[in-house]
Formats: sequence, structure tokens, C-alpha cells
Amino acid sequence: MTAIDPTAHLTAEQIEELGRELDAIRDEVIAGRGEKDAAYIRKVISAQRTLELVSRGVLLFSIFPPAWLLGTAGLSVAKIMDNMEIGHNILHGQWDWMRDPKIHSTTWEWDHVSPSEQWKHSHNELHHTYTNVIGKDNDLGYGIMRVDEDQRWHPIHLGQPLWNFINACFFEYGIAAYDLELGKNLHKRRRKNPEFRARAKAVGRKIRKQVLKDYVIHPLLSGPSFLPTLAATFTANLVRNIWSHSVIMCGHFPEGVQVFERRSIKGETRGQWYLRQMMGSANISGSKAMHFMTGNLSHQIEHHLFPDLPSNRYAEVAVKVRALFEKYELEYVTGPLPKQVFSAWHKVVRLSLPNKKPKVKTPDRAQELVAA
Amino acid sequence: MTSTALRSRAWKLLEMVTTPLLPSDYLDLVSPLRAGADLRGRIEAVHPETGDAATIVIRPGRGWRGHTAGQYVRIGIDVDGVRLWRAYSLTSPTNRQDGRITITVKAIPDGKVSNHLVRRAKPGTLIQLDQPTGDFVLPQAKPAKVLYLTAGSGITPVMGMLRDTEFDDVVMVHCAPQPQDVIFRSELHDLVADKKLRLTEVHTDTDGMLDIARLDELVPDWAERETWACGPAGLLDTAEKHWSEHGVLERLHTERFRPTIVVAGDGGEVTFSATGKTVDADGATPLLDIGEEAGVLMPSGCRMGICFGCVTPLKAGAVRDLRTGEITEAEPGVLIQTCVSAAAGPCDIER
Ligand code: FES
Repeated sequence: MTAIDPTAHLTAEQIEELGRELDAIRDEVIAGRGEKDAAYIRKVISAQRTLELVSRGVLLFSIFPPAWLLGTAGLSVAKIMDNMEIGHNILHGQWDWMRDPKIHSTTWEWDHVSPSEQWKHSHNELHHTYTNVIGKDNDLGYGIMRVDEDQRWHPIHLGQPLWNFINACFFEYGIAAYDLELGKNLHKRRRKNPEFRARAKAVGRKIRKQVLKDYVIHPLLSGPSFLPTLAATFTANLVRNIWSHSVIMCGHFPEGVQVFERRSIKGETRGQWYLRQMMGSANISGSKAMHFMTGNLSHQIEHHLFPDLPSNRYAEVAVKVRALFEKYELEYVTGPLPKQVFSAWHKVVRLSLPNKKPKVKTPDRAQELVAA
Repeated sequence: MTSTALRSRAWKLLEMVTTPLLPSDYLDLVSPLRAGADLRGRIEAVHPETGDAATIVIRPGRGWRGHTAGQYVRIGIDVDGVRLWRAYSLTSPTNRQDGRITITVKAIPDGKVSNHLVRRAKPGTLIQLDQPTGDFVLPQAKPAKVLYLTAGSGITPVMGMLRDTEFDDVVMVHCAPQPQDVIFRSELHDLVADKKLRLTEVHTDTDGMLDIARLDELVPDWAERETWACGPAGLLDTAEKHWSEHGVLERLHTERFRPTIVVAGDGGEVTFSATGKTVDADGATPLLDIGEEAGVLMPSGCRMGICFGCVTPLKAGAVRDLRTGEITEAEPGVLIQTCVSAAAGPCDIER
């Protein structure tokens, strides 16, 4: 935690005013949602399906290296689209307003081993409510890493760059385990808890289907191209996993992003909640294609402020949000992907080593506000 | 193995290929109207009928089972990106050669769907369809004498009947504000010219509302006729009374268009229909809290409108979004976030 609270200069009234200004931005987008937005998500979905279909078709001939390359690249992109711009955003309820049962958070299932139902709970509910609150938001380090100087160091943390790398490669399995709270639930009697067992079963079913499809059925369909197709799907999954892990690390991990203590969110107002989202997230700058491939999570700050606004609107919202950052003299953490990825990894490595305890404790915002 | 068993095996295998999607998700890309798909239709033409009514020609998907004259169909169409469902009478004859169906829509003030269909719908648009339903239909055995009593857009199911089945002796009494408001007017007059129909138009702007007692003079033998009546509730109520007073109620068939008028208020009586509980709610307390206080098991998560862990079907009534003030009315398929919605009048939550 930083020694100095970067929001200390704001009064309670200012924070509430900021909240109202953000609400106004949100209302404006909601009032303007319509046909164009619906057409956008439909187009993205059919593009993704076409790309996946064509790529899998090409992979039937992946015994020929150019077909392998083309098919693998196409499938990687299709999987990224499925998880990022489509799956993540639909599961946030961003498109529920269309009332199309086929594009709805309650019916959508994604190309991922974590069943959407479980992911919605751990991601939408826990992570988005308790963003960056140590001990409450397990997305911070996924429970396997030390993420702040204030946390006690154990020798086991020396391994965290390695865990993080392994987690990146098998990210979807990491997420599934994380959604199951596997670490906690494998202990002692918890394993027998019927609720946990039901959820574990659901994950098992999903994994079986995913593995069967990617590593048995499609390779078998390819006949003589069995092995190349197997390698291609493995590669596509790997690419998708590393890509989404990188994007997601950039959301809350780069230097400059704040973390919060549990007690600091007690009795949090709407304005304070917004402020925490602003200080707890970081963006990625880049081209339109870049934003698209990250599922617009490059606009992580905007996404955390308004998780249920359609993703195609984050770019325009970002302009207004950024202006508010300037107005209230707050730091808008953003940068190109390589810089942000490096910054996040740097932190992982740095915190794998012991450090001196920071001298100044984080001021307790809630108390300060009472004083102000 | 039987061929159906074989086919279902093959389908299972296909599902393994496409998981987590379904084979149909891919087939829909190329052939949304194919047999076996969810029932849909494609708008092929929009023909204006009057200043505020139009006939929509729809090619239904292969799964369409066909209708009986007088029935209606529910259609789901995206208006400003939002899917809305409404029911409209079918106006095409059942034996139309090209397999198309038509509905005829009158734009009602503030009607989102009707105005969209009449003024903005474009050929090529895909819509959702239900199978046709309704028992406002002609009987198997032909009655000797028929009376059609209609008003406004109540003429639409009857037009479906007129186009479908010829009778020897048909009389129609139709009410509309002015001659130019009479939907299908020239076609009706053609039928009259061909002596297939006797028609009385009542123009309510000049003649006033139809006084049911005038039937004796307009159609002296009305009581002997098998009658189909469709129009506003007022007309149907008086007709039912009139027919029953004369002891011939069994000859009267009526169809009511029930416009669901939701009056959005502040708070109201909330019914949790799955649990069978009813409680009073004010206009400021989230329905999630109301339900929990009443002992209803409510799904929840963040309790602040961001996780969508609390969405629940709204079966009837209206709710207000506590963040934006936006009113949501019950319609099939409408889900609400109970943690940020309050009762805006009486409503029914499926919990
Ligand atoms: S409980 Fe999270 S949206 Fe309602």
C-alpha cells in the first residue's frame, strides 16, 4: 500500500459530487442504448462463430504447415473473442437489456472450463463488489500471490513468478479452481460439503466436454491430421490463456494501482465506491483492434465503474471519465500493453522478495472523511 | 437401431463438436428459417393500408404449422435493440399459394411495436414467431347466415375469415371514425360489388357510436345469424348483453384485444407467485429486501446492481429502477434486478 493516500485531497462533498457526475455519464449511455449497439454484438457473435468454423475447417488439413498456421491463428483469435468481448461482457449482463434469450447473462455459456454460473459469482459478485480490497477480493493475486508490501512475506513467495507463469499458461483451469475456491475447499471436512461437491461436479462436466471437443473429437475428425490438430488446439488454448491472463493482470496489478484495507470499505458511500474503482483499476492504451481483442478490458477503469454498460461504449465513456480524473486531480493509470504487462510482472517479482515494512500505514479513508 | 435413434445419436455427436454452443447456433448463421430451428419469420413486404395501418407480409420458418382463419400470432421484434412481443390477428387466407402469412397492424398512440411495424419495419428483418393460437375461428360446419360485427382494428381477424371462407349470406357491420380509416376498404367494396358481402359502414365521427338497438334496422335477422364480433371492450360488452337478452348468446363469438394497461405508481402490492406470498411494498425499498423480509428465498449477490446475481422474472405489473427511475413493465422474458428495483404499482415476481 502506498504511504500516501492519493485521494486525501478530496473532501466528502467532492467525492459525492464525483459520484453524481459518474451516475450522469452512466444514465446518458443507458438512455442512448439501442439498435446500433444490438447490431454490434450480433455482428461480433456471428463473426466469432464464422471464424471458429472456418478455422476448425482449415485445421482438418493441418497436416500441411500453412493450414496449421492459419487454422491455429484463427482459432486462437476466435477463442479470445469468445472469452473476452463476448463471454465476459455478456456474463456481466451488459446485453441483458436486449431481452434476447440467446444473448443473455442467464443463458450464456462460454468456451472456458469454468461454468459461467460459477464464474459470475466469483467475478461479478465478489471481485466487482470488493475490488482490490485485500482479503475480500481474491482476484488480487488469486490467493496464490503476495500483492502488497504490507502483506507478510513467507519463503514460499519466492516461487510466485513461477506460479504466475504456470497460471498464465493454464489460466482457464486456474480460474475454474479459483471459482471453486479449491484451496479452501480441499481442506478437511469441506470436501464433503454437498454444495461444493455439486459445483465441483459441474466443473468436471464442463472440463470433460471441453477436453473431449478440443483434444479428441476435432483431432479425430481430422483423420491423418490428428496430431497437428491436437497441437493446434492446444496452442490456441495456450495463446488464449496467456493473452487473457496478461490483459487481466494489467487491470489491477500495474504500479500506481491502489489496494484497500478491509476496514476502509465499511459504510462506503456510492461516491467512495466509485472512487475505489477508479483508484483500483488500470487501463491499456492502444488501437481499436487492441481494445477489441481485450474485450474492451483495456478500458478496465470504465468497466469497473460501469460493469453493466455495453462494452462498445467504453471508449466514448473513457473520454468523459478521464476528464473527471483530471478535474479531481487523480492519477489515471494507463499505458501500452507491453509497458503494463512489464509493470505487473515487475511487481510480482519484486513482491516475491521480502521488503522492509513501510513506515507509514495507509490512512483509513473512512475515518479521515469523518474528520474532514 | 431405428432411424430416429440414429439421428439423435448423430445429433449428440454434433453437440460434442460444437460445445459449449449448440449445432443450431451455427446453423442459424446460414439458415434461420430451416425446419427444426426456433420458429422465426422474415418480413418480406410492408403495404400501407390507411394512414396509420399497414399489412406486414411474413415468410414463416419451416416449422410453421399453419393457422385457422380468425387466429392470432405472437411476434417478437427488436425495437431500438430491445425484443418486444405482441399478438396480432392473421389476415391472410389459410390457403395462400406462396406460403406467406400477413398481419395487419394499426399504429396506436405510443405503441412501440405497432408504430415500429407500420412506419419503420424493413423487408428482410428477421422476427420471432409463436405458433398461431386463438379460438375465435369459424366452425367446421358452414352456418347458413353470418354476421360480422367489427370496429377499428377489430376487423383484422374477420378479414382473415372473409378471405378464407365464402358463405352464401354474409353481412358485415363495421365501425370506424371516417371512411378513410376503414382498413381494407377497397377490398371490402370489391366483395360488395361481386355480391359476396353486404356491408354497412358506421362512421362514428359523423354517425356517433353504434347503438346496438340499431341492429334491428341494419340487419333485421341478426338474431338468426352466427355472429363473430371483434372490437373495443365497450362494443363487445353491449353486444354480449344484447345477444343474451334475446336468448341467442350461443350464436355470438367474440374476440377481445386486451391491451395491458399498466399504471406505474409508487409502490404497490407485490406477489411472489412461486411462494404464494403477497405483501405491500413502498416505492423506495428494493424488491430483494421486500422478498427477504417476507421470508421468500431470493437469489442475491452484490446488492448494488452490478453482479446480475438477483435477476428474476417479472410476471405482471411494473417496477422502477431505483438508480435511473426507469419503469419496466412485465412482458414475457423480462427479468429484473431485484436489488435495484422497487414496486411501481402492483406486481408479480416469480419467486
Ligand atoms: S444482487 Fe447484484 S445485481 Fe442485484
